[in-house]
Amino acid sequence: MSDLNLAARTADEIRSLVASREASAREVAESAIARVEAIDGDVHAFNQVTPELAFAAADKIDAMVAAGDELPPLAGVPAAFKDNMNLLGTRTTCSSRILANYESAYDCTAVARLINAGVLPLGKLNMDEFAFGSSGETSAWGSAKNPWDLGRVPGGSSAGSAAAVASGMATVTLGSDTGGSIRQPGALTGTVALKPTYGRVSRYGCVAFASSLDQIGPFSRSVQDSARVLEAISGKDPMDATSVERPAERFVAAARNADVSGMRVGIVRDMLDMEGVTPSVRASVLAAAARLEAMGATVGEVDLPTSQHGLAAYYIIGPAEASSNLARFDGIRYGHRAEHPTDTLDLYMRSRAEGFGTEAKRRIMLGTYALSAGYYDAYYGQAQKARTLIATEFTAAFEKFDVLLTPTSPQVAWKFGEKSDPLTMYLADIYTIPVNLAGNCAISVPCGFAEEDGVKLPIGLQIIGDYFAEAKVFAAAAAIERDLALDMRSPLVAG
Amino acid sequence: MSLSESEVRHVAMLARLALTDEEVASLQGDLNSILGHIDTIQQLDLASVPPTAHAIPVTNVTRADVVVPGLSHEAALMNAPAEQDGAFLIPQIVGGGDDA
Repeated sequence: MSDLNLAARTADEIRSLVASREASAREVAESAIARVEAIDGDVHAFNQVTPELAFAAADKIDAMVAAGDELPPLAGVPAAFKDNMNLLGTRTTCSSRILANYESAYDCTAVARLINAGVLPLGKLNMDEFAFGSSGETSAWGSAKNPWDLGRVPGGSSAGSAAAVASGMATVTLGSDTGGSIRQPGALTGTVALKPTYGRVSRYGCVAFASSLDQIGPFSRSVQDSARVLEAISGKDPMDATSVERPAERFVAAARNADVSGMRVGIVRDMLDMEGVTPSVRASVLAAAARLEAMGATVGEVDLPTSQHGLAAYYIIGPAEASSNLARFDGIRYGHRAEHPTDTLDLYMRSRAEGFGTEAKRRIMLGTYALSAGYYDAYYGQAQKARTLIATEFTAAFEKFDVLLTPTSPQVAWKFGEKSDPLTMYLADIYTIPVNLAGNCAISVPCGFAEEDGVKLPIGLQIIGDYFAEAKVFAAAAAIERDLALDMRSPLVAG
Repeated sequence: MSLSESEVRHVAMLARLALTDEEVASLQGDLNSILGHIDTIQQLDLASVPPTAHAIPVTNVTRADVVVPGLSHEAALMNAPAEQDGAFLIPQIVGGGDDA
């Protein structure tokens, strides 16, 4: 089999290979599966590999090529999905023992749309258990590793989604982002990672964490691929009442044009000046802003003072919604059931205690407490009001600016086990959480490197846009990508 | 605010989690540390601010009242830990039967 060097190619390049008959989709699938088999023992991005699904999809594409049909926009592109998204013929475990043997009973809309757009499904990706985590370490199946340094975390919760792209196993993947779970691992692995506006992408078939915050989005190695995936998965879905129909938007064209002339860019000053931001991260963000200015953008500054309280509001609202959503895992209809229950209460209590890991229990307890009688107003009510203020601040900022800049993560990828205290781990998402609370969109795009212990580690720039302003976000991200022209091949890809 | 051990046990009962004594002790410490941070939200003056439950306006969504394919009986039962006669099987919840 020829080496197609898929790890270095974009989605558009792979589609062209297939369309021009330089390679068959079958060869692409074989090459991609071979790479997963060769390196995933080290990376552990996959919970399940699905060669049969990849080959079946490839054969369909090859039949279209043979018939001379027009190929769908992502024809022949190796893809994989976070293991909280249902896909017929696969297990959906959420990296949790409670769903260890759960077989998908239907398809997640975003996954089905991506497959309809021609991708080759390589499998399901490792994650923090039920998406509770910022490092991948809460997975019941063992953490995914960072392809830049296998001794470091890939970020989380979409740990495998990030690691699979950064290691060149998949060209595009889907993750889900409740408080930063796409953008933060994107930053830590040097990939392009988008959280779309709430409602842009259907959540149907994605196991719910916090329903008012969750949103599905893509990981990729280029901004244009990210735009390509968003075009494929977005739009109204009758199965998700919160999904929104918007006029067709040309995200790929916005990414290709990368036009920032006249764009008003705001550096979020008070967030950049927070404690705990490493100097290299801070410097890279300011340098990226200067590059945007050099390319014709106007750059100013803005403060988002209530966003500092975003973490507190999030750790009330997120766990509150999670404790409610995870009530369904009770050992009755699916999932782990404890042996020899004495009655139904015993069955519920032991099935859940045996099935959930430590962080899941912590979040369920926190959420249950925040919603319990006597504490509801002080916690949940207060957090919902803070949420209003955070959204109002963003809206005011977007009257003056088209996009806002912050670091995606205060620091680069850290070593396994380094953040053992839960609160320290929660602080890793300080920059990403306010966007989920407000519901607007943001991308993480690589903007530089930091060197730690002689290892080169990627830094992510967060570009935040207003509601449904993904086109502007793509334009700014693509401009940075093109201007900096960083070599974002991880050691696993560059060799 | 901080949680006592008995409050942790009460919340665990509400959450339907059978925790070990070690888990109760460790969760008590974790939750109190997290609540210590969360309590900073009380510093905000929010008396006149309306709450937000959803980031974008949400309205009732209806569809035409016609039959469409749904999850099949087989699909609904395929992950059942125990089933009988096409239904989920659970421990007896009403006492006194001969077949208990």
